[in-house]
Amino acid sequence: MKLNERSLAFYATCDSPADNAGFLLKRGERHTAYHRRWFVLKGNMLFYFEERESREPVGVIVLEGCNVELCDSAEEFTFAIRFGGAKSRTYVLAAESQAAMESWVKSLSRASFDYMRLVVRELEKQLEEMRCGLAGGCGGCRGAAGSWKPKTVMPERLPALPAVLPKENGCAVWNNALGEDRSPGTSGCAGYDGEGNPRPPPLPPRRRASSSEVGSSVGVAMAESPSTFYQLHEQYGQEVARLRQDWLERRRGPRP
Amino acid sequence: MRYNERELLSLARQPAEKAAEILMRVPKKGSVLKKRLVKLVVNFLFYFRTDEAEPIGALLLEHCRITKEEENVFSISFVEEPERKYCFECDSEEQCQEWVEALKRASYEFMRRSLIFYRNEIQKMTGKDPLEQYGISEEARFQLGTQKQ
Repeated sequence: MKLNERSLAFYATCDSPADNAGFLLKRGERHTAYHRRWFVLKGNMLFYFEERESREPVGVIVLEGCNVELCDSAEEFTFAIRFGGAKSRTYVLAAESQAAMESWVKSLSRASFDYMRLVVRELEKQLEEMRCGLAGGCGGCRGAAGSWKPKTVMPERLPALPAVLPKENGCAVWNNALGEDRSPGTSGCAGYDGEGNPRPPPLPPRRRASSSEVGSSVGVAMAESPSTFYQLHEQYGQEVARLRQDWLERRRGPRP
Repeated sequence: MRYNERELLSLARQPAEKAAEILMRVPKKGSVLKKRLVKLVVNFLFYFRTDEAEPIGALLLEHCRITKEEENVFSISFVEEPERKYCFECDSEEQCQEWVEALKRASYEFMRRSLIFYRNEIQKMTGKDPLEQYGISEEARFQLGTQKQ
């Protein structure tokens, strides 16, 4: 398949801001030796160069549909970019510090076009609701369902979710492999009351570590804290968004 | 340049934002208009021979210019080589306009700018950063700083 390589190389090297850049060790495909490469993340494309000053990348990894996970490896600070297909290559990378590794895993997990689109739609919806003065009302959520075009309805039993749109609280929420506690990705959103006046958000309900299932954790949230309808809606909304992401990723998985 | 072809081929099989059979001409000497299945998936434009399952090629739609040319025709070129144009001839002016609009919005960079715009608007209206709830307000990619075309 042809690719517009010249334009890709230009995109990689031009002075548009990168979403992340730095040296990483990249494990070879056949041999387990690591090579130090200069990596540049722009959008959903991860370019890598032989040297920082190289005029053209050696290669690029299209990140759409990938999962980013920590690795159990002799090499320190390793993480992997994995794809769903049967014969997909896994890219194993190693950072030079814990902080660098965390920074890369975070930025790579959120690099997909789909993720960006999800966030844009969410903000678009919020802005729309604010402009129509529907904050906290029912009309907003009907509109929201339409704008996301959710392909899944909230089922009762749900698989573990990928780390899309979680709230950061210092723990490694981007790491699915270690089954980390999902931080409360909820009602911090209700930044304004029914009249559209800004107010500090109430404390979000804590998610239990054991419940990686959406249904039970949302149930816990409902039992534990009184929430406004808007807060609950936001909570479900984010779950749906994550579900959709998961569904999209799983859809890509089994394809040859 | 090496790239993960398998994943790109898999992406080409995903549901498209937009797909149609359109006459296409690549910027190569002596090339002519040929009927292609053109498919927009995320920020890639794939093009296939109409009877084949695997695309002939893919264009990453970043730093590109979508230009309405003469009737029914639009072109895609890239900022570093603006004269090198991929030309597309549609069945109708309406189809042509739809593709121009869709392709202009198809880049990651466009979405990023939209996000920054909405974030800014919401922040102005509420005094609050809407990205804080997701814990992503500090992400480099969402900053209100200088974003180049």
